[in-house]
Amino acid sequence: MANPTRIEVNCTTGEVLEIELTDEEVAQRDADAAVSETQRKADEKAAADKAVARTAILDRLGLTADEAAILLG
Amino acid sequence: MPSTYTLIKGETLASSAASYTFTAIPSTFTDLVVRISGRDNTGGGSINNYAALRINSITSNYSETYLYGSGTSPSTGRFNAMSDWLFGGGWLSSAGGTSNTFSNTEIYIPNYAGSTNKVASNFTVQENNTSGSNQVGVEALLLGNTAAITSLLITPSGASFVTGSSFYLYGIKNS
Repeated sequence: MANPTRIEVNCTTGEVLEIELTDEEVAQRDADAAVSETQRKADEKAAADKAVARTAILDRLGLTADEAAILLG
Repeated sequence: MPSTYTLIKGETLASSAASYTFTAIPSTFTDLVVRISGRDNTGGGSINNYAALRINSITSNYSETYLYGSGTSPSTGRFNAMSDWLFGGGWLSSAGGTSNTFSNTEIYIPNYAGSTNKVASNFTVQENNTSGSNQVGVEALLLGNTAAITSLLITPSGASFVTGSSFYLYGIKNS
């Protein structure tokens, strides 16, 4: 089965190239996607964990988020 | 308000493509605008895929602050130390999204030919014709690299952009 193609458009000359990905490019693309996805999930988890921690602290203090914002503002 | 808004290059895909790249971008404009109407071929029921934008083949020092809104709740956060900019919260898949609907993105890149770090804004809205999961993604994008932008590589999170996806690059001149 042929590899997918990529399109390159030269904005100066107007030339359009349709190029089949090499096996190495397919592997690299998959690796890059995996790295990005791992990083994205890690960042999202960190943000979610922080929100949970913030809520727990506010609960301990007996404050609402709006009240905390006033205090910190 | 820009005094010019010029189409540099663009097209609608007649067949699927693994990526779309604008190369040899002229340095004669002040700002760039990338407009994409896209859909990828990811299966598995996910409708909230992302796409990625890579500048000059640079693979480090990308970061972004995002606001995503779904049909039920918004979320905010940051992505750090990325290998490209992700613009998410608005990309459809063939399996999970409504048939033949696309997401629409505008990325604005000011001072792209200057010698400062590169910033951009992204606004993406998903067209999906459902009642419960309308997606919007807004992002402030930063690349810690001062090289003038000469190429833009756009890739989907799935294997390819489907036929009918479109990619347009505009140049803006302020004088």
